[in-house]
Amino acid sequence: MTDKARVRSEATRLLRFFEDHGASVVEADILQPAETLLDLYGEDIRARAFVTHDPDFGEAMLRPDFTVPVVQMHMAGGAEPARYAYMGEVFRAQAETAHRSSEYFQVGYEVFDRAAPIEADAEVFALLLDVLAPLNLRAATGDMGLLLAAVRGLRTTDRRKAALLRHIWRPRRFRALLDRFAGRAPLPEGREALLNMADPMAAGGTHIGLRARAEIAERVEALREDAAANPISAQEVDLLDDLFGLRETTENVLSHLRDIAVDMPAIAQAVDRLEIRAEALARRGVDVATLDFEGSYGRTSMEYYDGFVFGFYAENRPDLPPVATGGRYDALTRVLGNQNGEGREIPAVGGVIRPELTLHLMGEVMR
Amino acid sequence: MTLKLGVPSKGRLMEKTFDWFGASGVTLSRTGSDREYAASVDGIDGVELVLLSAGEIPRELAAGRIHLGVTGSDLVREKLGAWEEKVIELAPMGFGHADLIIAVPKCWVDVNTLDDLDAVAAAFRAKHGFRLRIATKYHRLIRDHLRDHGVADYQLVDSQGATEGTIKNETAEAVADITSTGETLRANHLKILSGRPVHKSQATLFKSRKAVWTKAQRATLVELRAKLGVDR
Repeated sequence: MTDKARVRSEATRLLRFFEDHGASVVEADILQPAETLLDLYGEDIRARAFVTHDPDFGEAMLRPDFTVPVVQMHMAGGAEPARYAYMGEVFRAQAETAHRSSEYFQVGYEVFDRAAPIEADAEVFALLLDVLAPLNLRAATGDMGLLLAAVRGLRTTDRRKAALLRHIWRPRRFRALLDRFAGRAPLPEGREALLNMADPMAAGGTHIGLRARAEIAERVEALREDAAANPISAQEVDLLDDLFGLRETTENVLSHLRDIAVDMPAIAQAVDRLEIRAEALARRGVDVATLDFEGSYGRTSMEYYDGFVFGFYAENRPDLPPVATGGRYDALTRVLGNQNGEGREIPAVGGVIRPELTLHLMGEVMR
Repeated sequence: MTLKLGVPSKGRLMEKTFDWFGASGVTLSRTGSDREYAASVDGIDGVELVLLSAGEIPRELAAGRIHLGVTGSDLVREKLGAWEEKVIELAPMGFGHADLIIAVPKCWVDVNTLDDLDAVAAAFRAKHGFRLRIATKYHRLIRDHLRDHGVADYQLVDSQGATEGTIKNETAEAVADITSTGETLRANHLKILSGRPVHKSQATLFKSRKAVWTKAQRATLVELRAKLGVDR
């Protein structure tokens, strides 16, 4: 597309912009320990990242993003509140779509601020909007916090809620579970036979493997309890579908959400936050009367993003990936904090820009 | 220039391949001593036989170093990313049948489906502090399959042989492997998850999309297809 030296200088320009707005510039290693990323993203990341091996270091990945190393660096001793900016290449294996580049630059801005998370949301978005303004991009936003609150508020068992929350970033799986818990889909094959057995454990024969008998017995018991639980009501499923299907401007979505919150009070606080955020965005000059809000935004590609989420798109170039994406990822800092055994959590929000795309689109604007 | 046909270099797969071509009047044979990998083709002109390990045939097809190749459909899917961009399936050959399956201990009475496996993986991770291990050598096929079905909290551990023994040895909780009868699985106190196998494999004649095809080679392919009754 464009030569690398020009992309690097565009990346530098963007980095300076964030630096001028108070960010400390940080660097991250290109080689990242594979175990951390695998524990976060699961085996799927192997298909998307370049995996390499060193006799001492063990399995390593070429960094697929900066978020994890920047969070780790901050957790290891950054002062708070903190604002970081970084630039560099990330590496993504493109096995299935062989036509996208497998290494490209990212410039990012991350804010760690416990005191005023909503202000931080608005700050990151407004800053990206500002620097991208000449490109006339379409911004889309969403709020995973709303969806998480809706699921947590369902009138059903904690086990079912945990199962749904675990798969909120996998919409197909989520749907299958929801349909089952709502009694709209049949039980999985073999479940009924198992539940009808007087002594299911006896059918197993010789016990082998690390998963203990007690664990098996515990799940059989859990399945019995689940079979006895009431289905999630059709009304609640409809409300969830309403939430997932929302597609309006930020201004209009608020009144719609207030209506939904009447029947689903669990989301009321999340709606309040959305409203306060809309005000914070407006104060920073964002036109919330035209800002798109999509109920399901962030569900497919932004695992661990659990609050405000957003992306910037070149509308006349649907073939291009998003020019910038970002959001709040408190859940990721929680999981990383647990990996370190410290159980720490740091509210975090940030965004990344792809400078080769801004450069390319800038060229089109100029023509 | 001759058309290069890659065929497994030994064992039943080679014999059955020779029989399959032979039945259509294309006689493939090894020449020279038992140890020498030399071969000849009778019944059609312009075809050169290349004897290769079945595991290497997908790679040679993708690199365009052979025009046609016989290998398991599982191996092509496992070894080639975006395989459909690199090879075309000309004909399933009706032998070398095997199913790629996922199996768990028979004592897991609570597990029948991928659904159950996913739920168990979550509980297992919470209890043991690491992701549930699935031993296999079919990393790509299994990973794609589990992603398509929304299974999380597992890890694949590489196992190139005696895979069924890994559970008893406590180096894995589940296995994913090729089976034709399921006999070895049962002998090792394992059961296959219900539903369709991950992949139903059989020996297949593939055409390379990446090889350079000259006019003469195309003509040879047309003639070969006519003889074999392969209309694709």
